[in-house]
Amino acid sequence: MEYYLQVFISGLVVGSIYSLVALGFVIIYKATKVVNFAQGELLMFGAYVCFSLTVEYGLPFPAAFLLTLGFSLLLGLAVERLALRPLIGQPIISVVMVTIGLSSVLKSLVQLVWGTQIKVFPQVLPADPVTIGGLPVAPVYIVAFALSLALFGAFSAFFKYSRTGIAMRATAFDQAAAASMGISIKRIFAMSWCIAAVVSAIGGVILGNINGINSQLGYLGLKVFPAVILGGLDSMLGAALGGLIIGVLENVCDGLAKDLLSLDGFKDVAAFAVLVVVLMIKPHGLFGTHEIERV
Amino acid sequence: MQQKCGLFFCSYRAESALFPSGFQRACLAVFLLALTVTPLVMNSYYVSILCLINIAVIGAVSLNLLTGLCGQISLGHGAFFGVGAYTAGILAAKGVPFLLVLPASGAVAALAGMAFGLPSLRLKGIYLAIASLAAQLILEYVFLRWESMTGGSNGLMVMAPSILGLTFDSDLKMFYLTLVVAALTVLAVSNITRTRPGRAFVAIRDHYLSAEIVGVNLFAGKLQAFGLSSFLAGVGGCLWAHYTNFITPEQFNIGLSINYLAMIIIGGLGSVLGAVFGAVFLTILPEALNAVAGVAAQVLGGDPTASLAALKGGVFGLVLTLFLIFEPDGLAERWRMTKAYWKLYPFAH
Repeated sequence: MEYYLQVFISGLVVGSIYSLVALGFVIIYKATKVVNFAQGELLMFGAYVCFSLTVEYGLPFPAAFLLTLGFSLLLGLAVERLALRPLIGQPIISVVMVTIGLSSVLKSLVQLVWGTQIKVFPQVLPADPVTIGGLPVAPVYIVAFALSLALFGAFSAFFKYSRTGIAMRATAFDQAAAASMGISIKRIFAMSWCIAAVVSAIGGVILGNINGINSQLGYLGLKVFPAVILGGLDSMLGAALGGLIIGVLENVCDGLAKDLLSLDGFKDVAAFAVLVVVLMIKPHGLFGTHEIERV
Repeated sequence: MQQKCGLFFCSYRAESALFPSGFQRACLAVFLLALTVTPLVMNSYYVSILCLINIAVIGAVSLNLLTGLCGQISLGHGAFFGVGAYTAGILAAKGVPFLLVLPASGAVAALAGMAFGLPSLRLKGIYLAIASLAAQLILEYVFLRWESMTGGSNGLMVMAPSILGLTFDSDLKMFYLTLVVAALTVLAVSNITRTRPGRAFVAIRDHYLSAEIVGVNLFAGKLQAFGLSSFLAGVGGCLWAHYTNFITPEQFNIGLSINYLAMIIIGGLGSVLGAVFGAVFLTILPEALNAVAGVAAQVLGGDPTASLAALKGGVFGLVLTLFLIFEPDGLAERWRMTKAYWKLYPFAH
């Protein structure tokens, strides 16, 4: 039983990182209707930049972290301007493929600059586990979970109360109406890519602190699809819950498969098996908007 | 469609012919003749690239049938290709003759494709793409974990194929085998585009509601597209397994699916000729990079292999992105423009 509790908790932590990546994904989808297959690579890029700044340039961690966010902001801006903007109005497959192309460019950049070896972040938090309810939990797990909760709170407030946030919601709802009210659609598009890149980078840095980073980190981007489909492609609350559910489910299924069927590596497909089922039953997810087609 | 002047049709049959003019037929004959003769004098490295091109043509043309023609985005084509390859490997190991293995691997792949195509009735666009992504990852997992059948990560040996006692054990012989199958595939898909189901696919792609109103059965149409496309992919996979003689799950990962999608996009969505162009282009691209890196290493010194793998991915992504931005209609459109330019040369207007 204790084993399953442990698995549950690590599922929650991984799930909170899925939620962060899913948040970026949802923000882009909501504002621009673009499905971003390069989300995992944005995460990887952030993690590597932060690693480089702390280890190779010897900056203190907080400064490196802030600089990383700046880098990610610029990356998001560049990606939107150079690759996505020329494709406005093109069919879905073109837009999907351009993000796939982007992901392989980013991946190869990372491999060229940093190589394919696994890199380990220097210890930022104390390594001694804290005991919660009789279970030892590493402090980095707690910080990771708290940080993603805080970010979700911050973004919910941002979308609800700030002018920019309201403008972004308006754009998502009806682009033409938003534009006629004086909202710059181009700026909103750029901003959503910036936000997505930044939250992914935060996820990347957290993940780097837990597991270390390697050039396969971008694979995590694929794991986000089950999470966002489960939650609903255009719902932030859905992204948060979907990420957590998929994270927990994946770890628990993996534990069960190992225990009962002695099947290794079930982790990688459990989420996708769930995805197929969700798509069959409820394609718009738990909280997604149901698109109604009128004939 | 643009035709040469002086070409008049007296029947619908003549108008819808694949190659309406004698000049086109002559060009094609010369091209095919060149293709059969030149490998005889090439060294085996180039012949092996030609083999890979033939197999890639089968994969790309088959995906084009599904994605380009019927509008169903599939990120799982590499896995269906893999289903064909594994079926071929398993059947060949049991001693089934190659002439039976080839259609059987197509049939099994078609079954897999149709099973994963079932959600396509309810799902459209991006949702279908994500469902096919799930198909890709689940099939990959099956390849890796069903060790009693597939050999798991150790891979599976496949013997060279033989037809009626003739064993295809060299690059040259394999080239002719793959060429014949690739040519038949291209011919078959070109013909499918002219038939009733083919036109139904296009109708489904362009406007599914109108298609349904004029009497196209949407579900049957989409399922047919999935089945036909996966069948051809399975045939391609069978040839791949027999050509490489050794298959592992990594060969059929998501990268392969993306590669095929990139081929039909770079070539030109919905055009058979475009898919062929894309397959040729993307098969030659990494080899060309190898050559360039080799020359660079000789001039500058140093070992290029470390960064070459990373560079290949980057160049692939860059080419794909640039094509999407600057040449969204692909190489087929460029080819048509070039032909149109020379038709009227030197009087462009």
